[in-house]
Amino acid sequence: MAAPKKGRGSTGGQGRPGRSLALILIAMVALTGGIFLSGHTTPRLGIDLAGGTSITLKAKSQPGKPDAINETNMNTAVGIIERRVNGLGVSEAEVQTQGASNIIVNIPKGTNSKQAREQVGTTAQLYFRPVLTVADGAPTPEGSASPSATGSAKPSAKATEPETASGSKATPSDGATTQGRAVTDALKKDATPTPKAGTTGAPESSKSPAATEAPDPATAALQKKFTELDCADKEARVAAGVGVKPEDPTVACSSEGDAKYLLGPAAVSGTDVDDAKAQFDQQRGIWLVSMEFTDKGSKKFQTITKKLSTQQSPQNQFAIALDGEVVSAPQVNEALSGSAEISGSFTQQSAESLANVLSYGALPLSFSEETATTVTAALGGEQLKAGLIAGAIGLALVVIYLVAYYRGLSLIALLSLLASGILTYTIMALLGPAIGFALNLPAVCGAIVAIGITADSFIVYFERIRDEIREGRTLRPAVERAWPRARRTILVSDFVSFLAAAVLFLVTVGKVQGFAFTLGLTTVLDVVVVFFFTKPVMTLMARTKFFGGGHPWSGLDPERLGAQPPLRRSRRVNARTDHPKEA
Amino acid sequence: MSRLGDLGARLYRGEVGYDFIGKRKLWYGVSILITITAIVGLAVSGLNLGIEFKGGAVFTTDTKAKISLSQVREDAVAASGHEAIVQELGNGGSDGLRIQITEVDTAKADQIKSQLSEDLGIPEEQINADLVGPSWGEQIANKAWTGLGIFMVLVVVYLAIAFEWRMAVAALIALIHDITITVGVYALVGFEVTPGTVIGLLTILGYSLYDTVVVFDSLKEGTKGITKQTRWTYSEIANRSINGTLVRSINTTVVALLPVAGLLFIGGGVLGAGTLNDISLSLFVGLAAGAYSSIFIATPLVADLKEREPQIKALKKRILAKRASAAAKGESAESERDDLVQDGSDGDTEPAGAVVGQRRQAGGHGRSPRNHR
Repeated sequence: MAAPKKGRGSTGGQGRPGRSLALILIAMVALTGGIFLSGHTTPRLGIDLAGGTSITLKAKSQPGKPDAINETNMNTAVGIIERRVNGLGVSEAEVQTQGASNIIVNIPKGTNSKQAREQVGTTAQLYFRPVLTVADGAPTPEGSASPSATGSAKPSAKATEPETASGSKATPSDGATTQGRAVTDALKKDATPTPKAGTTGAPESSKSPAATEAPDPATAALQKKFTELDCADKEARVAAGVGVKPEDPTVACSSEGDAKYLLGPAAVSGTDVDDAKAQFDQQRGIWLVSMEFTDKGSKKFQTITKKLSTQQSPQNQFAIALDGEVVSAPQVNEALSGSAEISGSFTQQSAESLANVLSYGALPLSFSEETATTVTAALGGEQLKAGLIAGAIGLALVVIYLVAYYRGLSLIALLSLLASGILTYTIMALLGPAIGFALNLPAVCGAIVAIGITADSFIVYFERIRDEIREGRTLRPAVERAWPRARRTILVSDFVSFLAAAVLFLVTVGKVQGFAFTLGLTTVLDVVVVFFFTKPVMTLMARTKFFGGGHPWSGLDPERLGAQPPLRRSRRVNARTDHPKEA
Repeated sequence: MSRLGDLGARLYRGEVGYDFIGKRKLWYGVSILITITAIVGLAVSGLNLGIEFKGGAVFTTDTKAKISLSQVREDAVAASGHEAIVQELGNGGSDGLRIQITEVDTAKADQIKSQLSEDLGIPEEQINADLVGPSWGEQIANKAWTGLGIFMVLVVVYLAIAFEWRMAVAALIALIHDITITVGVYALVGFEVTPGTVIGLLTILGYSLYDTVVVFDSLKEGTKGITKQTRWTYSEIANRSINGTLVRSINTTVVALLPVAGLLFIGGGVLGAGTLNDISLSLFVGLAAGAYSSIFIATPLVADLKEREPQIKALKKRILAKRASAAAKGESAESERDDLVQDGSDGDTEPAGAVVGQRRQAGGHGRSPRNHR
């Protein structure tokens, strides 16, 4: 931010034009180099120009949670949705908040948009499930896989009726090999709690039988699934939780992928949690998460914790499964009811994020699908082409007009427009990877409209210079004298323009926002170009004979502009007579 | 084009000077008439809201349908049970079809899509389905109104600080004027209002004010220390400011309108691009209205408001008295009179003369008259 701002007087401008010009040229070279180095030589095209699916989700305000739609929750939701869409194997899907309550999911062309839509739109699922078995994230070694599978198949066959659950306890323990122990254990425990739970009359007592009712192939399949589950594989991790009903037992990976779980039917669901908070325990010096349950949730939670507390590790844990992944699997030491604390090796951040997950049932907000738009690149491309052709023609007309009116001066105007164009293009190209800026059709329109606004600055300056020449000045002082006033006008009017862009950018969403961003960017660049390019170039040009001498084609011919000396006609004498009085 | 160049010089010398302020009542009248027409048009025919505001689905095909348009429409209505608008894209439908069906949801859209594919004889993957919820457009519009409100408040505050409240008020009125006219044109012509239109309308905000601010800037400069002189009234200086920036206004407007016209007539008209048309039409009308209002409405309004100020009122009184006595003496004001006769070529009386004189005076950038002695 060098000279020009301070360079008020005519003296100031003398040594500096070179410096300012060098500065902006370096900036242009750096930006151009930047786009080639980063490999982003073209601006990233928006979904309307590149094609794909764009889904807009709107957060619904929930009764009793008036403040639920806030930045934190929106960001949490974005994180969860992002995990989901990218978990589908979609590359470069963008998920971003837009406005205060919208999330835009842009899925590039070439992905299964129908599946993506289903995944994105639904609220994530959060369940508390008893842990049956824990194992390393990697698939269980081959040797253990088959024994455990056969071991489980037998008991489950008998388990078609709830009472025979005890039978299942016996058989697997027989068949258990050392390596498969964990698995068979799990099945045993899966069955045993059921009768117990039934006596307490808790809701899940009716569900658990339903689970065990599942025909043997299902259980066997589950067992097989568990053995083979490779939590290091991201896709497998997500796939494990897809389409699982809460009342069925399931397999799941920890969200880090370092452990896998065999989980019982859901005992408590995310909607049973009333509230959860991350708290710092002063005495123990650790972070923990406290939960409050709803009335119904308390009962369920009491039942499950009572049951779990009597178990041995690892069956004394319950897993908090979010979208099929285990977020946390705390141990239960005693029966708990209305409220509970989860402690572990939490950091503040992990405690807060768990609390968030717990209190809002996975997605912190529920969303409704506003629009799901399929856009082909062909359609957008055609419009882009039309826009560019129109822009080029418009620009050509502007050039013709400027040349016709300003003659030589138009060279400076055109160079400035070119400089502005280079800066706009390179910055747009670099903003793609940097902040995810995508050039959509409205933004292209914004850029084309900006031609007029950019050109206005030159016009203001040129007109000022011409006024100075009309006053009888020679070009060099005229250029310097005209600048301070032209500068103020440019700044004031650009500020208004920028204000409009900024307000629109902050307040609006989607297309309008893209448009506002482009407008704001070009306004800022307009100021930069006028200060660091147009003005210095003008100063330099004023030194040339062509411009400085007021060549008829320079656009600064004093005679043509009607400068006073030496053009005095009789009428001007009259006009001049005022002035002595004025002074 | 050098005609225009000469105009600049003549305006500058005051050989040509249009009495914008003196004839302000005429322009107020014109504007009020246009505004009333716009409002009546809006009330009577209303806005032709696009599908984004009403909700529905848009199906587009890449290839030409093998059956007639009316048949397509019948099929679309049969498939959806709702009203359908069928348009051809490109020359004679060579670029495909666009079928808009209101009030359709996701599940229904998929169903209609496969039905259409069957009826039109076009493979399903060549049919694009865009689902539009009504709340989307509504939301954009609501956000736009919020943005408009916030922007207006901010800009009024800014103008009141940078200039003065009278200018802020005048700029605001001019802005509302521009928006009303643009909306009115949409109502009268029956163009479809889409989010693109809203975008165009919002751009007018910035532009209309931008243009107004340039004139105000010159006005502020010209009226610096106005009470310390007894030659020109506020209105006269204001008129001078308008005339002084007239060439800039014309050039700027032409330069801004040319690309927009390109978008509207070439991009939209010839190549048939939807969004481009939506944005550029509202821009075109708005830019033109913005240029008009900054000259004919905003500045005269400032002058009107200013002339109510006691100081300015007193100044005007003094000036008129001085002129009257000068006229009575018939000497010292001679030169002014001469100017009037010679320069007031458009037949204007006193204010045109003022235009001339002030040119000289304010040409000095509000500093001491350092001119050409």
